[in-house]
Amino acid sequence: MKIIKKAQCGSLESSDLMIYIEPSDGVKIEVESSISQLHNKEIEYLVIEELKARNIDKVYIKIHDSGAMNLTIKARLKTVLNRGIKNEDQA
Amino acid sequence: MKIKLRRTMLYIPGNNPGMLQVADIFGADSVLFDLEDSVPLSEKDAARDLVANMITYRAYENIEITVRVNPITTSCFKNDVKEIIASKNLQAIRLPKTNTPEDVSKLEELIEKCEKENGIKIGSINIHPMIETALGVENAFSIATASKRVNAITIGGQDLTADMGIAKTKTAEEILWARSRIVMAAKAAKIDVLDTVFTDINDEEGLIEETKLIKKIGFTGKAVINPRQIDPVHKVFMPTEKEIKWAKEVINAYNHGLNLGKGVIACKGKMIDPPVVKRAEKIITILDLLK
Repeated sequence: MKIIKKAQCGSLESSDLMIYIEPSDGVKIEVESSISQLHNKEIEYLVIEELKARNIDKVYIKIHDSGAMNLTIKARLKTVLNRGIKNEDQA
Repeated sequence: MKIKLRRTMLYIPGNNPGMLQVADIFGADSVLFDLEDSVPLSEKDAARDLVANMITYRAYENIEITVRVNPITTSCFKNDVKEIIASKNLQAIRLPKTNTPEDVSKLEELIEKCEKENGIKIGSINIHPMIETALGVENAFSIATASKRVNAITIGGQDLTADMGIAKTKTAEEILWARSRIVMAAKAAKIDVLDTVFTDINDEEGLIEETKLIKKIGFTGKAVINPRQIDPVHKVFMPTEKEIKWAKEVINAYNHGLNLGKGVIACKGKMIDPPVVKRAEKIITILDLLK
């Protein structure tokens, strides 16, 4: 699966996260969380697992987390990746 | 007598994780995750993914989960239904702008297909048609009886008045006939009937007055848009001390009369017939459910 365009999803509200993606030469992940370094690692792990599951190896992902639960992180990831792989006429 | 309390149905915007993750802590009898009016067009996909994930992985306890999908005429409708049903923990789908029984049939067909695809028992997901157009009001009974899955119907006051070309006022005389029409359709179909929202969250007195009115007309519950509105609505739907005392006296007198083999039974000088006993039993059942 290939990321073909920039996309973003989510918000800066409490319990949510903002995810931004764009095409890249490899996988690069940046996480900034208001919770803790440990939570950053957890988010990074969830992102890597999702990318592996979708066979995506060329994407830059930047995340600003405001204390989202794992199930919210997974949902936002799904949305943003789907947005990034779609042409405008598929949206 | 099988009664499931649906005094309040709390609307939760579908793209708000903070609210979705705590939906079951406010004390509403049921919650309604909204994919329609509270979600901007650009975020429909995000709300759908979020709500589906919440229903799948957040273990909501002792609460009915309903999702309001987008109307049947929109491009979001099919994806909403498919993704939400795949989450497997859904009790009902609210269908906005239901105009005809055919709308219900179309939704039912899609639900059944999705139930089969996801290994869900056929018939387990209910339908709550939302009547919010003049045409929908005129078709209320046909809509209420369009499918066995329909176990509640509901009125949408804002869209209905917009469709009628008039303004919705606080006292809402303009929708009194529509409310009564929809209640009668629900009673005839033997299903629940839920009232529209009271939009001024700071006017508790107004909310209580409106809830008293809709209870008197026959509504079994009301949609609420803020957790603060739950308690006042529940209090109105709670049987009063006087009603509880009356119900116990009626049931005791009826049982005593039956034991004595009486053909005509009276309580405090008034004849008790089966409908009166049924009403008394319903009050006691509600009390038992609230224990």
